[in-house]
Amino acid sequence: MRGRFDEQLTELNNNLIEMGALIEGAIAQATRALERQDVSVAKAVIESDDLIDGKEKEIEGRCLKLLLRQQPVARDLGQVSTALKMITDMERIGDHAADISAICVNLAEQEYIIDLEPLSRMAQVTVSMVTQSIDAFISRDVELAKAVIARDAEVDALLVTVKKELVAVLVRDHAANSEQVFDLLQIAKYYERIGDHAVNIAEWVIFSITGKHKDRQVF
Amino acid sequence: MNCFAINDLNNLRYGASPALMRHTAGDAGSGCAAQRRLGLDCPALRSKKMNCFEISDLNLYYGDFHALKDINLNIAAKNVTAFIGPSGCGKSTLLRTLNRMNDLVEGCVIQGCVRLDGEDIYGPGWRGDISHLRRRVGMVFQKPNPFPMTVYDNIAFGPRTHGVRRRYDIDIIVENSLKDAAIWGEVKDRLRQSALGLSGGQQQRLCIARALAVAPEVLLLDEPTSALDPISTGKIEELLLTLREKYSVIIVTHNMQQAARISDKTVFFLLGEVIEHGDTESLFTRPSHKRTEDYITGRFG
Repeated sequence: MRGRFDEQLTELNNNLIEMGALIEGAIAQATRALERQDVSVAKAVIESDDLIDGKEKEIEGRCLKLLLRQQPVARDLGQVSTALKMITDMERIGDHAADISAICVNLAEQEYIIDLEPLSRMAQVTVSMVTQSIDAFISRDVELAKAVIARDAEVDALLVTVKKELVAVLVRDHAANSEQVFDLLQIAKYYERIGDHAVNIAEWVIFSITGKHKDRQVF
Repeated sequence: MNCFAINDLNNLRYGASPALMRHTAGDAGSGCAAQRRLGLDCPALRSKKMNCFEISDLNLYYGDFHALKDINLNIAAKNVTAFIGPSGCGKSTLLRTLNRMNDLVEGCVIQGCVRLDGEDIYGPGWRGDISHLRRRVGMVFQKPNPFPMTVYDNIAFGPRTHGVRRRYDIDIIVENSLKDAAIWGEVKDRLRQSALGLSGGQQQRLCIARALAVAPEVLLLDEPTSALDPISTGKIEELLLTLREKYSVIIVTHNMQQAARISDKTVFFLLGEVIEHGDTESLFTRPSHKRTEDYITGRFG
């Protein structure tokens, strides 16, 4: 009876998985550009941001069409409205991957002044937060979404670690490498923002299942 | 939440301040005074009640068929309550039970209590008569059914039946009822013409006005817009939202979006049982029962 509608909801989920794969790839590639100082990879990430933006528009259109034509209620309404909210955060994650890559283009010729390990670690954690937040939406898993939110503390702690190291370098070198200090700090901040966006997604996933957004009963 | 606040405010105002009441109820001290003088109590002056109907352990059989099963339901006063559910679920049967329209159905057996303002209308000690009950509990049907007479006489019919004689009083009741039903502007120049010449949407609002003319407490509507176009439907829906300030409204509808748009409370019926009864917003966003969810999302029914 609602065969077509169910198909459309499945297509919507598939779109979200695709967009999720694009942004995970963008973060991973941006990180590769950072670690290997590979300008061509960095440029590819910046270019692929258009794909992510296009995907956002596509999903947005699909959601609005579903609202218009199916007038979803209950769980269906939760799914469509959450998808609409999620893609905003997903698109921003794509932007931040491109932002990181743009800085990497600058850094390609320089020798790094700190060990990249904590930055790489931030990248790993945030990529898996993004993946899990989208998985939580697809499988309607509140616990997984909560786990994503909990992991944000790890990312925040890593940002503090990076910042301290960079400040130490700044003091040691009497500001000689100040430009790279700020570039790396900015990169760390972008990773931290990616973590925040993954948390936002996870919060909307919880809303789609419970009707509660950050302890506020919306429905 | 805002809707409730506004309701309460109006109720308080009607009860507490005659000056404001007059102001609200319209001109001439209005039909309200006229109706009260004539022994028809005015809805605007009624005290605030929590429930208009309290239904307990209600069972209804059509011969061998068990049409309503252990219904326990309190229906909030001065709210719009929507009854939803697939065909044959018992929602219309329950609606008709509320003003004893099943009495003449052959083989219909009704057990349990239906309290209107605390009084069991099926109890052995019930002293009311049917026409009095139907004055208090008005009904509007799926298909508009104006009497084959003038617009004016359609509205005047009820009050006259209940003993209103003075022309001046009837004039006021007719005008106020048509105003309350949001159709006065469209018919005020054709009060002496046949009601059958009105459009379907106008006829339906006329039927609502006719029900309002005898100052009911509750208005029952059985799919009142299913035969109407979207514009007429919109007008009736707007009207119901204003009527709930003075009346308790119960509407049976197959249109889920309509229930979501206009009702404060929704009751979901299935196979003669009440499955879920709650605030409309939460029922349509977070239903408590899987069967409710399956129905409103179109997974069965």
